[in-house]
Amino acid sequence: MLTKEEEAMLNGEMGEGVQKAMEIIVALGKIYNAKELIKVESAHISGVSYKNLGDEGLEFLEEFASMGVKTIVEATLNPAGMDMESWEELGFSREFAEKQTRIVKAYERMGVKATCTCTPYLIGNKPKFGQHIAWSESSAIIYANSILGARTNRESGISALASAITGRTAKYGLHLDENRLADYIVKVKCDVKGVSDFGALGYLIGKIVGDKVPYITGIKIADLDELKALGASMAASGAVGLFHMENITPETKIKKMIKDHAEEIEIENLKEAYETLNYDIREIDVVSIGCPHASIEEIRKVAYMIKGRKVKSQLWITTSRRIYDEAKRQGLLEIINEAGGKVIRDTCIVVAPIEELGFKTLATNSAKMATLSPSHSKVKVRFGSLEDCIKAALSGVWNDN
Amino acid sequence: MIIKGRIIKEGEAEGEALVSTKPIAFLGGINPKTGIVIERGHPLEGESVSGKILVFPHGKGSTVGTYIIYRMKKLNTAPAAIINEYCEPIVAVGAIIANIPCVDMVDISKIKSGDFVRVKGDTIYVNE
Repeated sequence: MLTKEEEAMLNGEMGEGVQKAMEIIVALGKIYNAKELIKVESAHISGVSYKNLGDEGLEFLEEFASMGVKTIVEATLNPAGMDMESWEELGFSREFAEKQTRIVKAYERMGVKATCTCTPYLIGNKPKFGQHIAWSESSAIIYANSILGARTNRESGISALASAITGRTAKYGLHLDENRLADYIVKVKCDVKGVSDFGALGYLIGKIVGDKVPYITGIKIADLDELKALGASMAASGAVGLFHMENITPETKIKKMIKDHAEEIEIENLKEAYETLNYDIREIDVVSIGCPHASIEEIRKVAYMIKGRKVKSQLWITTSRRIYDEAKRQGLLEIINEAGGKVIRDTCIVVAPIEELGFKTLATNSAKMATLSPSHSKVKVRFGSLEDCIKAALSGVWNDN
Repeated sequence: MIIKGRIIKEGEAEGEALVSTKPIAFLGGINPKTGIVIERGHPLEGESVSGKILVFPHGKGSTVGTYIIYRMKKLNTAPAAIINEYCEPIVAVGAIIANIPCVDMVDISKIKSGDFVRVKGDTIYVNE
């Protein structure tokens, strides 16, 4: 059932571009048996890195932008394949930079804000509890659903763009109350501390539950950076779009978010995650912090740890432009730069063509990055705590204790 | 034979059917420059999908496949129409942005490679 306005969009009365966007939304509605469309408050759009999109994607986006389509709701953009300003000094090729710039420009012409971050919720695109949104980027989707209590399916970049242009999405999946109840109860029986532990836990849960909804118990305290890491790795090792954590995530405080016959699983320790995600390497080419993009608190932690010292390997802290500017204002950038580290905007090691930059080994505190990088970027990975990563950056080697 | 399906992308096309019993990955599974299926061990390996009425259960693989379908259309290597048992988002969105007629909810076992097929809206005419 479409409203008059939606029919008008579909019939081409608002232009060919809008028509195409509406055709996408309607087709997805058919595929997932939606009864109607709903309005969305915001969109977040992935599919930005030239490394992933290639010439096919670039071509489509430029042509779509030429049709004159414009976003009608708040729309932010996922990371690009490079720092849009200092790509040259970081060693990106001119050809890559030229094509990457064209992609971002095409999005901007359509009215998408070139935020180039996977953490839109840290820089102003922060939906409210219960709002319907259309987001892509698996780590942002799971954050918005679980931690903010907003509602989105796991959109692709192009369906999120179609929603930004039509202001609609099809009402199915995680937009509906009944699909937000947990299929699994995950009882955590061990200590979970810091971003890497939460990432390791997410890795294990994602492997078990796949695309289902887990309800996690046994965690007493978790900060937002830890929850960000937990969700990101769960969405990477599985295809989880929503998790609940007892007394921590908002929906659990309102009602029972568990299905009647939910399956119970127990997690006794995180060993398996650390073992699977660690390769037996010693020399570290680059230490990567900021997957998902670093918050100001995470940057501050790194700055304090390396203040007055010098890194031996490369140290990349990836974040959004907005947080970069804030770090600069607070003097954190200077501290990190003086120690030889780099704060890099707009991109991250997962979407940048790091093979081109000659990195073969990498250390990170992000379980998501440790899950994706070996296959996606052909690097061998060490995965551990922020402290272990910074030690490796300072010494150039990874030390198992 | 006339078969009714569900419209994913409205349109009209006709041509020779090319039927796969296995799902198709557009990224990595087909060379967009030639339209030839390159996935090793795939039932259609070595066949060209260009200009065919491409019949397969559903898409699989990377979501970048959507853009590959678009690219194939630009390079004139795309199928003339797509018929699926159950269309999933990669193929659906690809067909829409590339303007390739696409119909699903079809019992694809009724169509054989080499059949002459015409797609019009939700209706499929086989050897009619």
